[in-house]
Amino acid sequence: MSDIEDPKTIECPPNTLTRRDLIKRVIVGGVAVSSASYLFRASTLLRQSAPGTGERLLTINVNGQQRRADVMKQETLAWTLRHKLGLTGTKLGCDRAECGSCTVLIDGVPHYSCSVLTHTVRDRKVLTIEGLASSDGTLHPVQQGVIDEQGFQCAFCMPGFIMAAVAFLKTNPNPTRSELAQGLSGNLCRCQDYDKILTAMMRGAENMRGASRV
Amino acid sequence: MAVIRDVMPAFELVQPNSITDAQKVLEQQGESWVLAGGMDSFDWLKDRIKKPRVVVDLSGIAELKGVRATADGIEIGAMTTLTEVVEHAVIREKYKLLAESAELVASPQIRNQGTLGGNVSQDARCWYYRAGWPCYRAGGNICYADTPEGRNREHAILHADRCVAVNPSDSAPALIALDAKFVIRTAKGERVVDAEDYFIGPEIDITRLHILKPGDLLTAIRIPSTWAGARFYFEKVRDRNVWDFPLLNVASAMVVPSGSIERIRIAVNGAAARPLRLKVVEDAVRGKPPNAATGEMAGKLAVMGAVPLQFNAYKIPLMRNLVKRAIGGVQEATWTS
Repeated sequence: MSDIEDPKTIECPPNTLTRRDLIKRVIVGGVAVSSASYLFRASTLLRQSAPGTGERLLTINVNGQQRRADVMKQETLAWTLRHKLGLTGTKLGCDRAECGSCTVLIDGVPHYSCSVLTHTVRDRKVLTIEGLASSDGTLHPVQQGVIDEQGFQCAFCMPGFIMAAVAFLKTNPNPTRSELAQGLSGNLCRCQDYDKILTAMMRGAENMRGASRV
Repeated sequence: MAVIRDVMPAFELVQPNSITDAQKVLEQQGESWVLAGGMDSFDWLKDRIKKPRVVVDLSGIAELKGVRATADGIEIGAMTTLTEVVEHAVIREKYKLLAESAELVASPQIRNQGTLGGNVSQDARCWYYRAGWPCYRAGGNICYADTPEGRNREHAILHADRCVAVNPSDSAPALIALDAKFVIRTAKGERVVDAEDYFIGPEIDITRLHILKPGDLLTAIRIPSTWAGARFYFEKVRDRNVWDFPLLNVASAMVVPSGSIERIRIAVNGAAARPLRLKVVEDAVRGKPPNAATGEMAGKLAVMGAVPLQFNAYKIPLMRNLVKRAIGGVQEATWTS
């Protein structure tokens, strides 16, 4: 990412941009430049070995929207979400299906997006952490549970945990603490904050049951 | 190994939607990588240890997915996910052994994507091999694990031949115990083999854990009703409760109509390069009551000929005790070191 402009040099009118917006803007603007080295290298390789490959314009259903992106054949969903669509809520931890930070829902089922080729989700519905809150800004009951219980420390693993919990609670809306722990066992927290995370997710489950009663 | 966090090296991705098309592609493209769930594949590709020019993705082939009833039992498509296997009502009711083994694989997200065909066809986890060292399995002429200083705590105690890596599958021993048949599509047509014949040791081919040759596809796994509803036992021992491969596992199916074992099939994995069906044990315990004494004898028989490496001697008593528990029952069998 050395090609990204130094953030200090980017014009930023005071009080009009949040830090998050700024980062997103850098990513969207910078991705063309920053990925150029990868793309260039990939396309040189391809010209030598397998003609006809390379990027292809795909339409993927992400968070209910049809999003278009140029996607390489070997590109993972996590990469597309973060670097092509600017959806940086999905985190990339280990990139080896061993930590759970990149968990997203594909057709409602949790997957490690670092280990899914974007070309395999063309006809499927992808849901990321950005798509959980309703359009009026009301948080998902699980997100609200996290806020109510202050469930995370650094929260890098949080989007993955929340996505895994949202899917698990649909299959088991009223779990015991240990059932929930089992359901979230595919996600790691390096702060070792599991106890608080479980408390927050249990609260999320309660919120979800409450919401469905209304 | 340093983890590389950019995209994988470029490859051509082919996404056929029928078995016939997949076979045509494999035939035309020559050496290509067959991608099922990808849970084993992506490690190889991301680490640049394997660099295929063409990847054939099977995820779009509907005929490879799902569980079907057959005249005698069930047929599970090779691309059926482990979660589907775990949750399938008929499997839970009649072939619980398979559901139990699949439920202990890796993590929930991996089971949501990893397939049954992939689970039985995955490659060895020996870290020397997976890190790209030029060992026997990688086509070289040395084993880095079988040296006085080699890290071989997870490696083989039986039937090692130059390579000491073990088969890491949890579902494989369960399928052997259920007398499953593996359906393979080759260029010459369809071939059906017994579960235990699908797996091979280094004496047959040191670079593969199974009989699939380039161009072959495992399309389905058939489970006969012979062992439906039998007395099952599955136990997996691993270092941590999620993600981990087995140090050892055991799967058994027994029919005990009146106090003595009438029919039995038992297999262990994690002990050798292929899951081992313990025929000697089956023959010895047939006709005997499934109690502690029979279990004791079975356990001793199971580990006969076992040769430990520097750091894996613990696997011998572990395997003895697992077999003892499978046959004698957890209550009856006491653990001995």
